[in-house]
Amino acid sequence: MQNKTIPDTRWMGLPHLAVGLIVIAAIALFGWQFLLADSEIAVLGMVALAAMAAFGVGKTGLNKSMSAAMRNHGRSMNIAILLALVCVIFLLGGEHFPLLMLTTTLLYMTVAFGLNAQFGLTGMVNFAGASFFGVGAYTAAVLTNHSALPPILILVAGGVFSALIGCLLIVPVVRTAGHYSAVVTIAFSVMFKTFLEVNDVLGGPQGLMVGPMKTFGWDFNSSPLLMGMELSFYVNYALLGAGLAALAFMFVQRLERSWIGLTLDSVRLDETASACFGLNVVRAKVLAFTFGNILIGIAGALYGMMISFIAPNSFSFSDSLLMVAIVLLGGLGSLWGTALAAVIVVLLPEKLQILQEYRFLLFSVVVILMLLFRPEGLMPRKVRSYFPNWRPEQ
Amino acid sequence: MDIGLFGQYLANGVMLGTMYALVAVGFTLFFGVLDVIKFSHGDVLMLGSFTGFTVYIGLLSLGIENPWVMIAAILVVSIITTAALGAIIARYLVLPLKSAPPLNILLITLMLGTAIREAVRLFYPDGSNPKAFPALLPTASVDLGGFALRADSVILVAAGIAVIIGLNLVINRTRLGLAIRAVAQDEETAKIMGINYTMIVLVTFAIGSGAAAFAGIMNGLYYNEVNFGMGLLLGLIGFCAAIIGGLGNIYGAILGGFLFAGLQTIGAVALPFASAYKDVFAFGVVIALMAWKPTGLIAERSSDRV
Repeated sequence: MQNKTIPDTRWMGLPHLAVGLIVIAAIALFGWQFLLADSEIAVLGMVALAAMAAFGVGKTGLNKSMSAAMRNHGRSMNIAILLALVCVIFLLGGEHFPLLMLTTTLLYMTVAFGLNAQFGLTGMVNFAGASFFGVGAYTAAVLTNHSALPPILILVAGGVFSALIGCLLIVPVVRTAGHYSAVVTIAFSVMFKTFLEVNDVLGGPQGLMVGPMKTFGWDFNSSPLLMGMELSFYVNYALLGAGLAALAFMFVQRLERSWIGLTLDSVRLDETASACFGLNVVRAKVLAFTFGNILIGIAGALYGMMISFIAPNSFSFSDSLLMVAIVLLGGLGSLWGTALAAVIVVLLPEKLQILQEYRFLLFSVVVILMLLFRPEGLMPRKVRSYFPNWRPEQ
Repeated sequence: MDIGLFGQYLANGVMLGTMYALVAVGFTLFFGVLDVIKFSHGDVLMLGSFTGFTVYIGLLSLGIENPWVMIAAILVVSIITTAALGAIIARYLVLPLKSAPPLNILLITLMLGTAIREAVRLFYPDGSNPKAFPALLPTASVDLGGFALRADSVILVAAGIAVIIGLNLVINRTRLGLAIRAVAQDEETAKIMGINYTMIVLVTFAIGSGAAAFAGIMNGLYYNEVNFGMGLLLGLIGFCAAIIGGLGNIYGAILGGFLFAGLQTIGAVALPFASAYKDVFAFGVVIALMAWKPTGLIAERSSDRV
């Protein structure tokens, strides 16, 4: 049945899986070199190359073959992507800065997956992403300094605290609709940063030190040895960040594909109609909001431990907007789009230091243009398939 | 508490309330005509006060030093600039997205606000540091039982209230106001009646943005400082005020503005540890109010149609 509905989309006669693996390898190779590139010219050249490649992919039908590979060999492809990521991390080995950038990108990706569950699936915009990220980071700071909790539990605590703080917002967010609930989160975001700045216990504007991650006698801030070679201690964090991003991806994807995701979708599309069909709108919203905040909080806790020093300025309203911009750029509800957008929004300004100062300006203009001319995002979400083996025409 | 301190807080509260009400009126006007939230309002306000500051520097270099001439020039130029900007935003960003999901307009104006804020920070000469706005109004003061009532505060509040009353008269007593109210009530019927819809929308946005510029100049004259981040906070406060009062209702906006100022002042007085928490307190109360009355104190009357 599948073969009938899907036209043959083979690329250069190769099986889909092979094409998929080749593309993954190429992207990994590119990413590795991109992270290592140190002159602005090289970075610009590689960006141009990537743009051309993306254009070429659309022209040669490679994207169709890729999506066929993702569809038919999802498990092998996902494992291959994770393996490629781990390979890149080990290839970067001793380089501190590229690994830091990679991990930051992965953590922002996790945040964006969380926001996607809230915004993309359920339609609740959360303009306090950076605040919940900050809740996680500050939880990690307080717990590493004042308790002997094992860090893996601290990560969990970051998520739990973020969800608890989110509970304070649940009543106004769920009771209000659309605009109004967006404003509740904006008010919270501004309030949270003001609170951090005036609160002496949490370090005020100067911020706090965060202890390192230590698990099962494995000190994350000591450099691991691999086959006699000393690696950067960021390798630990990068691996953990990759694990976290993969886990977040998996959770959100499973959520989307389950009947819960179907409920969330219908709540987004029409609240009143969903309620008429007996769906519990409040429960769906609470679930999506809390789930997203947990992911954001965990990512925040790990971020705090990695950079080992946090200050209120990292959790401002502008940062929250940048996080929403990631979700919008990628395409609402589209996880791969989100991943791509996270790379563009986080990694690109880090690599091009000229852009770093202008990034808020740049990405706000990009999002304005996007909303005007291509509101569905870079990689729009595909239509949900309602029956097993049934796929819409591509 | 002695009466002098009380008077000081009261004067400060009234001043803040007038400013917030001016910002909130803008939000309410935009929401009235188009059912949209234009979140760049606060940053338009900030741009207005920066324009005023630039005019001041320009006049100084021209050798004009009469403060009244300066104030008049500053007000005229910055109000015209922001009014034009407001109309441009409405024409090129808000109207094209009218049929898109309403959230997109909120997002696009939020991003525009960020763009304006960042552009001022990056491109205005030394824009990332606060600027000392001149004290142009007479600062003579009258001693009223322990607190000094300053002439500039009185003038500012009086002018602000005059603008609010003027806006109210325009909306409720003129043909233009009638057209604005007609568009707000029913877009299609208004069009059928021969009202130039696009024109009215643009004019409304211009009026709202002009009021914001006035509030921005007021803010600058009162605090003697302008900075690139002031718009975000003032915009948010104005919006909260508009929401507390019930969006789309001009009296609600005024009520909300004074209520918010009252909350902030009470927060500064009542919280014993630090007046630094006054914003945290005020926003906390706003969030709590929204939980209690989701569409404001003067509730919006609406029902969902499927």
